[in-house]
Amino acid sequence: MTNLSPRARLATALLRTAATLSRVSGRGDGSVIGGRVGLKVEPRLLALLAENRQVALISGTNGKTTTTRFTAAALGALGPVATNSFGANMPTGHTTALAKAPEASNAVLEVDEHYLAQLLLESKPRVVALLNLSRDQLDRAMEVGMLAEKWRTALTAHPDVHVIANADDPMVTWAAQAVPRVTWVAGGQRWQEDSWACPECGKRLDRYGEYWRCTNCGLTRPSPQWSVDGDQVVDPTGQRATLSLQLPGQVNRNNAATALAIAAEFGVPLTEAVPQLSKVRSIAGRYAVVRRDGRRARLLLAKNPAGWLEAFDMLDPGVPVTLCLNAREVDGYDTSWIYDVDYSPVLGRQVLVTGDRRFDLAVRLQVNGIDFTVVDNFAAALRAAPEGNVEVIANYTAFQDIRSEFDRVN
Amino acid sequence: MSTRPSLSTLRLVWLYPDLLSTYGDRGNLQVLAYRAIGRGIDVDIVEVTSDKHMPTEGDIYLIGGGEDGPQALAADRLRADGSLPRAVNKGAVIFSVCAGYQIMGTSFMAKGEQHAGLGLLDIHSQRGDKRAVGELAGQIDPRLHVPTLTGFENHGGRTFIGPNAAPLAKVTHGIGNDGTTEGAWAGRIMGTYLHGPALARNPLLADLLLSWVTGSQLVPLDDTWPTALRNERLAAVNPKQLPPDANNAMELM
Ligand SMILES: [Zn+2]
Repeated sequence: MTNLSPRARLATALLRTAATLSRVSGRGDGSVIGGRVGLKVEPRLLALLAENRQVALISGTNGKTTTTRFTAAALGALGPVATNSFGANMPTGHTTALAKAPEASNAVLEVDEHYLAQLLLESKPRVVALLNLSRDQLDRAMEVGMLAEKWRTALTAHPDVHVIANADDPMVTWAAQAVPRVTWVAGGQRWQEDSWACPECGKRLDRYGEYWRCTNCGLTRPSPQWSVDGDQVVDPTGQRATLSLQLPGQVNRNNAATALAIAAEFGVPLTEAVPQLSKVRSIAGRYAVVRRDGRRARLLLAKNPAGWLEAFDMLDPGVPVTLCLNAREVDGYDTSWIYDVDYSPVLGRQVLVTGDRRFDLAVRLQVNGIDFTVVDNFAAALRAAPEGNVEVIANYTAFQDIRSEFDRVN
Repeated sequence: MSTRPSLSTLRLVWLYPDLLSTYGDRGNLQVLAYRAIGRGIDVDIVEVTSDKHMPTEGDIYLIGGGEDGPQALAADRLRADGSLPRAVNKGAVIFSVCAGYQIMGTSFMAKGEQHAGLGLLDIHSQRGDKRAVGELAGQIDPRLHVPTLTGFENHGGRTFIGPNAAPLAKVTHGIGNDGTTEGAWAGRIMGTYLHGPALARNPLLADLLLSWVTGSQLVPLDDTWPTALRNERLAAVNPKQLPPDANNAMELM
């Protein structure tokens, strides 16, 4: 930071001003607008701000925000950390995150899957963590196979980077193998509909439990160095540590394992890193509990089929659940993917349905044989549930609508 | 063609979920099963992955959408297997979507190359100059007695219909085959570009396929939710037909 050119200093100052103005005027947290201003003045600002820092990038379809928060918490043991904690995961957001933390020698950046190549080039990361790839926003996003190929190509150009990758996801494994140094994590893959075929040769993959391999070309699940066993994480030396996370679900224990693997690469011992993870309670509203009229609603964000499956795994037994579905631009306009999800895990509890596209969900649940009640909005859903706990699963804009009803709860 | 008037078990065959199962097309299977069970018909579902031989005794065969590579592979496997034309000769119904729809024709393009289809429908498909993505609506061939077609299309193909097939619908919103027509049918073989999934958005089209198998009219089901969904989707592509309060709701979207 001390070696920044006058132009980069000016760009940084303007970025901070723009971010603050945007924040106080109530237009989000200002990361995107700030970054845009800074990059306009100095197009190389992201690269300049990343220089002389140790950067970890985290990408994948699901879990990247949580894993980024876990990793930032773990690296907090070493000192201040620059991180895009508001989920602004494109270069504007990364630039702002770095500009706001000039004193931080470590940076943990959540990266949108489509921007991994650019971030590899500009931030020169020490570590890249790859979580998973699955179908998401089908009407506009690149399809899964193409995205894996894009990652693989990007990594091929950076053979020195240390990759930490999910051995349970064949797409991720194939992309990660573009570099020689990979640490494998048993990161789990509840959703397997996007990895029937071998990413290398296109033939059918064989699966035996979590093990998978291609009998045609030999692509095989690597043996993981990090894994989760019950509520314990096991490191490459066989050392175990008990996780006591505030966040629910197997998927978050897997995310924690990845965060711990990154932290280990940065030199944080397992015993110091694990307690840091317990401090993470909620992330930009995810897993937050909001209260109204005697109802305590826990908010779960699920943006795609894999995310909904993971969310079902987090539900407390017997607690009523509200499902909220929108299909605005950032959600993707196509709701067909709800038919890729089996909703039977919500059977046997009260199910409330709302959101712009509640009728899509109603038809879906009907053919899934699940009883439900359609309500006009989230407030009505809470009223329809008895006092006590309520689980809420919402996709992106539906989730943000609920958050804004509760002062943008974090 | 044979029908099964004393039908007790409906045999649904879902082809190649390992290759062609993006965009929620599995929903068509679920909708058919739901609507058959609602009429007291038992359902036997067979999912056939591409490494298996398919049965020829199915009543309705379903095949969905997918990427270019899997599409070409699926066409090769289907031609090598040879069972689908035999099933058609026995009177089976085929409902095909997007990539699967193109495969039913004589030829299609995948990864820049022309591939042979099964030739079960008199159609052939090319690449369009831009992707068709968004809501589609259209008037279904009046001979089928099914109300307005609604769904979501997401494809880069353009499909041309020969003299031995008919368009499924005339497009009033969206692109479909070529901006004018959408889908095709001939005998008991039907294809469409629509996801949504197509049969969830068009339950009476699902009933038409079922009635081709049973050979009789089906008793109506309570379609409150599918009707609400259809009205909302059709209003979204044609806001002029909206009542005033629905117009306000649209602004919020
Ligand atoms: Zn292979």
